[in-house]
Amino acid sequence: MSAQSRPNDLMGLSPAEYDLACSIMGRAPNRAELGIFAVMWSEHCSYKSTRRWLKTLPTSAPWVLQGPGENAGAIDIGDGLACVFKIESHNHPSFIEPYQGAATGVGGIMRDVFTMGARPIANLNALRFGAPDNPKTRHLIAGVVAGIGGYGNCMGVPTVGGEVNFDPSYNGNILVNAMTVGIARTDRIFKAGAGGVGLPVMYVGAKTGRDGIHGATMASAEFGEDAQVQRPTVQVGDPFTQKLLLEACLELMATDAIIAIQDMGAAGLTSSSVEMAAKGGVGIEIDLDRVPQRETGMTAYEIMLSESQERMLMVLKPGREDAARRIFAKWELSAAVIGETTNTGRLVVRQHGQVAAEVPVEPLVDQAPSYDRPRVERPKPAVIAASDVPAPEDLRATLLALLGSPDLCSRRWVWEQYDSMVGADTLAGPGGDAALVRVHGTRKALAMTTDCTPRYVAADPFEGGRQAVAEAWRNLSAVGARPLALTNNLNFGNPERPEIMGELVGALNGMAEASRALDFPVISGNVSLYNETSGTAILPTPVIGGVGLVEDYARTVGNGLRREGDALVLLGATQGWLGCSLFQRHATGRTTGAPPPVDLAAERRAGEFVRNRIAAGEISACHDLSDGGLLVALAEMALAGGLGARIEAMDGAIPAQGWWFGEDQGRYLVATSAPDTFMAAAKAAGVPAQKLGQAGGASLTLPGTKPISLTDLRSAHEGWFPAYMAAR
Amino acid sequence: MTPVVIVFPGSNCDRDVADGLAAALGRRPQMVWHADSEIPKCDLIVLPGGFSYGDYLRSGAIAAHSPVMEEVKRRAEAGVPVLGICNGFQILTEAGLLPGVLLRNAGLGFVCRWTHLRVERADTVFTAGYTAGQVVRFPVAHHDGNFFTDPATLKRIEGEGQVAFRYCTASGEVAREANPNGSLNNIAGVFNEQRSVLGLMPHPDRAFDRALGGEDGKVLFRTLVEKLAA
Repeated sequence: MSAQSRPNDLMGLSPAEYDLACSIMGRAPNRAELGIFAVMWSEHCSYKSTRRWLKTLPTSAPWVLQGPGENAGAIDIGDGLACVFKIESHNHPSFIEPYQGAATGVGGIMRDVFTMGARPIANLNALRFGAPDNPKTRHLIAGVVAGIGGYGNCMGVPTVGGEVNFDPSYNGNILVNAMTVGIARTDRIFKAGAGGVGLPVMYVGAKTGRDGIHGATMASAEFGEDAQVQRPTVQVGDPFTQKLLLEACLELMATDAIIAIQDMGAAGLTSSSVEMAAKGGVGIEIDLDRVPQRETGMTAYEIMLSESQERMLMVLKPGREDAARRIFAKWELSAAVIGETTNTGRLVVRQHGQVAAEVPVEPLVDQAPSYDRPRVERPKPAVIAASDVPAPEDLRATLLALLGSPDLCSRRWVWEQYDSMVGADTLAGPGGDAALVRVHGTRKALAMTTDCTPRYVAADPFEGGRQAVAEAWRNLSAVGARPLALTNNLNFGNPERPEIMGELVGALNGMAEASRALDFPVISGNVSLYNETSGTAILPTPVIGGVGLVEDYARTVGNGLRREGDALVLLGATQGWLGCSLFQRHATGRTTGAPPPVDLAAERRAGEFVRNRIAAGEISACHDLSDGGLLVALAEMALAGGLGARIEAMDGAIPAQGWWFGEDQGRYLVATSAPDTFMAAAKAAGVPAQKLGQAGGASLTLPGTKPISLTDLRSAHEGWFPAYMAAR
Repeated sequence: MTPVVIVFPGSNCDRDVADGLAAALGRRPQMVWHADSEIPKCDLIVLPGGFSYGDYLRSGAIAAHSPVMEEVKRRAEAGVPVLGICNGFQILTEAGLLPGVLLRNAGLGFVCRWTHLRVERADTVFTAGYTAGQVVRFPVAHHDGNFFTDPATLKRIEGEGQVAFRYCTASGEVAREANPNGSLNNIAGVFNEQRSVLGLMPHPDRAFDRALGGEDGKVLFRTLVEKLAA
């Protein structure tokens, strides 16, 4: 096709992609059809830059019921129950309109989970903001936190964990990743594939408006020609409607009326109808005049691409329409049969008695572009010796400064705005290594966490990818859970730049290796690319959402020191790794060098050992060592339990700064009342263990330093966030 | 003893309350949908927490005009005990069954945390399991829990002994730093004049299991079941 015959606005498709669409159609697509190709082939929906790489991730294990490809993944947790979970980003909208962007992000991921037939039991999130001194940061934090709370609290789903970090690279591109965990019956997991011809297609939920049109491509040029239809690309959420939608869908799912169900998220009616048809191997015909609408005069293009929230599409068994209508009427929701499945293999969209769009489904999906984008790997950074980082002049002052820094201070200001307890099953909410939520009415609990250390990934994508998976796995082990599976949210810059593609592939390779070594498969995920402003990308941020299982929730521990006299034991090997550490940044103003490597075999040994000892009741408190190293972990344990500690031992072979603040991986600090048996068991398990001192008192007493009172530690730790936000 | 739990669109603590009652009672309470204008014969009505009608307009305002509330008012006037927790408390003030209003929290944000409460009196069907002055722990989780009235009403409810719970420190001191939302006189819960209707912002329904961080709320449900057992 000649360049002259292409329209000026390809809605984000490349000229080659447009030409491919023409050859599939056998003619030039009309505006509505072009819109359909553009969203289905957008990076967001087609994963065209990452698909070939995502295939390399391990996705199976005997307990995996559903891997990537459906609305969310599912694992078997016994007793006929499945745990369904996924993480998803809403980065761009949250930067434009933080409250609604974050709220609809939370709403979208919850919808993904209950579309599978699961009742959501917990939400988590992973947030990244720009530098605290960036003028926008405060406003963005306030809006995002209120939006997450506003949606989750109203839905009655507790927000039990997450992470918040700052870095100047996020100044123009914050990250809002939301994760939902739900519970379904294993024999009642719902999928999108609409097998069967002549089946009614029902639309349910909120009415369709002109909001969020083309949100999946975030393109705006197409609105230029007609100012009348200009609307923000950020959707507006209504958690109350979604609460009704949740209850109504679960009520209908308890009957046998539903054959397939798909939520209308990114790319709205287009993506949901195409997915249902493609997965079912059928065609689908819909009549837009029957779609509930809250605005008049909407074009086919607008209705097909609207991202109005709180909507579902379902394929029903013939004859069950009235039963479904009765349930939706009870919950005061709009429901309408808008079409049926066909044997034509085509998506046919009618409006005002005419065909407004007609696209063959299979090629639209199967011939979606997939690119092997050029990539360059960056050279491995040099390993930095602990002694090359200046030692702290005053250990006490350093600890207080670190604990009161934006990266390590308490996030209480954030999580007190989330209802973390609704449902009355939250055994451990925010602030622990992993949250613990009881499986309602049983002795079982699910452990869950979100983790990533972007500065490690930036320094060495492969090691950083391994570390993110290992840390999630470690956090689950630290509460006594058996890690079962993960979901990932890959937040990167522009994949058309080879160095970004190099980061992405490096991180994925690292994640794949760690997932395999730890039997911790990937069951769902999301990719968010083009996170850059004026050519500057965010730190590569592949967030891991991990889920683990505890058979008896009495056999779990928290990270707070609670028992006077318990011995403190450091598990795992310490060499004092300061490259890319927070102490290095504190001491030198920047992070450089190689990030700490993860020995996956040692990681596994230490994690299994910790889990077994927790199950045996030998551990009274456990905390994984991560940002800030040993001394920060010890202070956090003291603050969490309101009990101090005395440390007697330190390894003389390691410089003090490396000993106290090194971020060596695969380590835990535990409290135990039976140190001798414990040390012997560690030795037998091949896990390095050192007895450091014991819990007790109201301060931290370290060799060569005067005691640091818990009061001082607490005011440093709790002070920063409220003071920062109050300075609005 | 026959309790019912009223479920509004947007209620989200209905199961939590039902679990609390069931643990005390040994069987599930009956759930009544808001659109029903009839409530079965019962000797306790519970309005659970949540966001009835999305808390649109004002927290509890729309639910207060729900068909079922007419019947709740009739039963309350006939002396049937009514318990409103969190959004249920907001609905009861909007319906005129309890004095005062619940304004936006003084800090303007939603607040979820464990609070200490001082039990003001133990001679009611709800609080007989506690002792007057006892300190208990329940969590709060709300955006609009800032109890407010005009000075005359405040004087009256204080004078009539209608305050049920006050936010306090762990040692029982009614102090400003123990007040999570700016409520007048640290008021966390109030009775009607007959002390047959109780509304409170904190959640006894989230404090009935040590594994959840506390079980002081269990006493409230157990006491209701014992006192109302016919």
